[in-house]
Amino acid sequence: MTSKAIILIGGPSKGTRFRPLSLDIPKLLFPVAGKPMIYHHIEACSKVPSMKEILLIGFFKEEQLKDFIQQTSKQLNVPIRYINEEKVLGTAGGLYHFRDIILSSDNPESIFVLHSDVCCSFPLEELQQFHQKYKRHCTIMGTQVAKEYANQYGCLVRDENTAELLHFAEKPETFVSSLINCGVYCFSPSFFDVMGKTMVDLRASNVNINSDYPEITRNRNLETLRLEQDIFVPLAGTGTISVFPYQGFWRQIKNAGSSVYCQELYLNHYAKTKPEILKKGDNIIGNVIIDPSAEVDPTAIIGPDVYIGPNVKVGKGVRIIHSIVLDSTIIKDHACVIYSILGWSSEVGLWTRVEGIPNYTPFLYSQEKRKGITIFGSGAQANGEIIVRNCIVMPHKQLDRSYSNEIIL
Amino acid sequence: MKALILVGGFGTRLRPLTLSKPKPIVEFANKAMILHQIEALCKVGVTEVVLAVNYRPQLMSAYLQPFEEKLGIKISYSHETVPLGTAGPLALAKELLNDGEPFFVLNSDIICDFPFADLLAFHRAHGGEGTIMVTKVEEPSKYGVVVYKEETGEILKFVEKPQVYVGNKINAGVYIFNPSILNRIQPKPTSIEKEVFPAMAADNQLYCMQLEGFWMDVGQPKDFLSGMGLYLNSLKQKTPEVLATGTHIIGPVLIDSTTVIKPGCLIGPNVTIGPNCVIEEGARLVNTTVLEGTTVGKNSWIKSSIIGWNSSIGKWVRMENTSVLGEDVHVADELYINGGKILPHKSISSSIPEPEIIM
Repeated sequence: MTSKAIILIGGPSKGTRFRPLSLDIPKLLFPVAGKPMIYHHIEACSKVPSMKEILLIGFFKEEQLKDFIQQTSKQLNVPIRYINEEKVLGTAGGLYHFRDIILSSDNPESIFVLHSDVCCSFPLEELQQFHQKYKRHCTIMGTQVAKEYANQYGCLVRDENTAELLHFAEKPETFVSSLINCGVYCFSPSFFDVMGKTMVDLRASNVNINSDYPEITRNRNLETLRLEQDIFVPLAGTGTISVFPYQGFWRQIKNAGSSVYCQELYLNHYAKTKPEILKKGDNIIGNVIIDPSAEVDPTAIIGPDVYIGPNVKVGKGVRIIHSIVLDSTIIKDHACVIYSILGWSSEVGLWTRVEGIPNYTPFLYSQEKRKGITIFGSGAQANGEIIVRNCIVMPHKQLDRSYSNEIIL
Repeated sequence: MKALILVGGFGTRLRPLTLSKPKPIVEFANKAMILHQIEALCKVGVTEVVLAVNYRPQLMSAYLQPFEEKLGIKISYSHETVPLGTAGPLALAKELLNDGEPFFVLNSDIICDFPFADLLAFHRAHGGEGTIMVTKVEEPSKYGVVVYKEETGEILKFVEKPQVYVGNKINAGVYIFNPSILNRIQPKPTSIEKEVFPAMAADNQLYCMQLEGFWMDVGQPKDFLSGMGLYLNSLKQKTPEVLATGTHIIGPVLIDSTTVIKPGCLIGPNVTIGPNCVIEEGARLVNTTVLEGTTVGKNSWIKSSIIGWNSSIGKWVRMENTSVLGEDVHVADELYINGGKILPHKSISSSIPEPEIIM
């Protein structure tokens, strides 16, 4: 029995919702609960005993990922390879294009496919067992979400008895199902043949252009093919795909702010699975990770749900709650940081308050106003005694007065 | 000599503080507002002060009684059952005021240096029926402007909210009158500014004298805080020994001796802290009044706010923008209060990010 995993990482143009933090590093390397976003995926893959290789497919420049891949591969003792899509092929297009590379060595019997922008416990072995039990070509991991948010995702309709995917609707306008696609799949090698046939059918159907209305009947450019809309939608109800009902935590890492909420989920998970990485102490509340090289004054109270990165300095009487504080940032005495992300080498002055508005819904806006995490881009500085509330501060900006509800260029 | 202080009504503009106490006994710079005036009147030889009150005189008399003996002054109350405006109370208190000597009249919301001796001398020198103090303001178009002869101080006319510049001196709410003024006023609702003064000016009986130094009508929270700043700066010039000192103090700060300031705080400029308060480690106060019996938690930051009696502010609270907390208000840790007006006996457990009244 052998397995492989593919993580679909996209490229720089896919990280714009992660600005201003993706201006400095690729979104997929942004630290969530102290580890690059896709480290969590890779770690879960590496724990599958039959795992032979992890492939990252995307269109980043290889040197942006090289160091991370080398270090992680060594640390987790698993081969990791980056495959660069020379031109953008779409999620299905890419998988299909590289099918020989995926299937050639080691003869994998299961291929896990993971989207990089999701956060969950990645129960891959359970998914694999489920996949093998139902013997279809593909299994999608699904989870229940609140009814009012369900249409923000790919909605799944599942046969309760046979576990078959009966219907798939990607971000429908109206309610279809509260069971949604987690962006985590298990394929049999045969699924690549099914994909290939589906793509041929799709291209064939694309020639049916009404000559009276060519501009509205012409299908989209089929150079890029998406796994969800172009493959799962037509295959639903054809006996090809199963749905594995996942019960644990799940959240999409859509924009920079959502990494705070995802961090909270991962830290809760770590409290159960590897509590030794969490910081303990009289000045720590709840789940907190503090890099050993950070200097935190003992009078500062930290937590819950905080990550403090390397070489960060936290002064006397500081309070940090629900936040991510990145490398070499300085937080001066008596400052208070709540629901915020402080980018690399940023600075918060004496008695300054940096505060976001917690918003756990998938909607970034409420009544046309952005309500969310306050984010400091790298090198941003807030002077003393001000408040920065519900703001995004672009890199290297120095703030000398209070701001609220603004994007500060 | 006698004096009349126009106390008036409910002090609604200074709510929520005046929901717990009549405005004249709300502490301004750690002393009841009206005591600033009574003490200054004592110094110039006034022996009886009449308070023209139309709301709960018993609350004030209970508070002020001990000061009668202490200051050697008689305090009487003239209780208006219906509001009589700014002149009517003079007629109502006619018997109490008329001892043949000139008497002082002042609005109770005024804070300044009260140069009563100079005012008395000037009044006696010109021989007219009345003298009003005037103060210079930056935006005369907001007030009633006094137009007068520079050489003598004789008032020519009053112009209410002038649209064209006619002068920059306004009525400061501090007067001295001969008893004959009482013949001009009936005990019915009358405005001294709009009805009595123009008539006196027409008779060439009204003069004015410019007030030196600071002046502020402290009847509402924003002005209460500005007035406190002016008053503390004036203390710095005159009696710097009453102000707090130390490396944790910036600018003029007045702290009652029974209050405890823990290490690591930074206080000032323009801060008053009343008796029996505790300011915990690492707190920062700027341009703020903290009234008696209040606790401010560690690392909190408070600017331009008034915190009522026996309240408590949690740790890491940020409060600003003329927030006013009534008596016995409790603010939980880590909240942000921006321009909150919080009524007495409330516990606040979520932030007030935009100015709001919490009932």
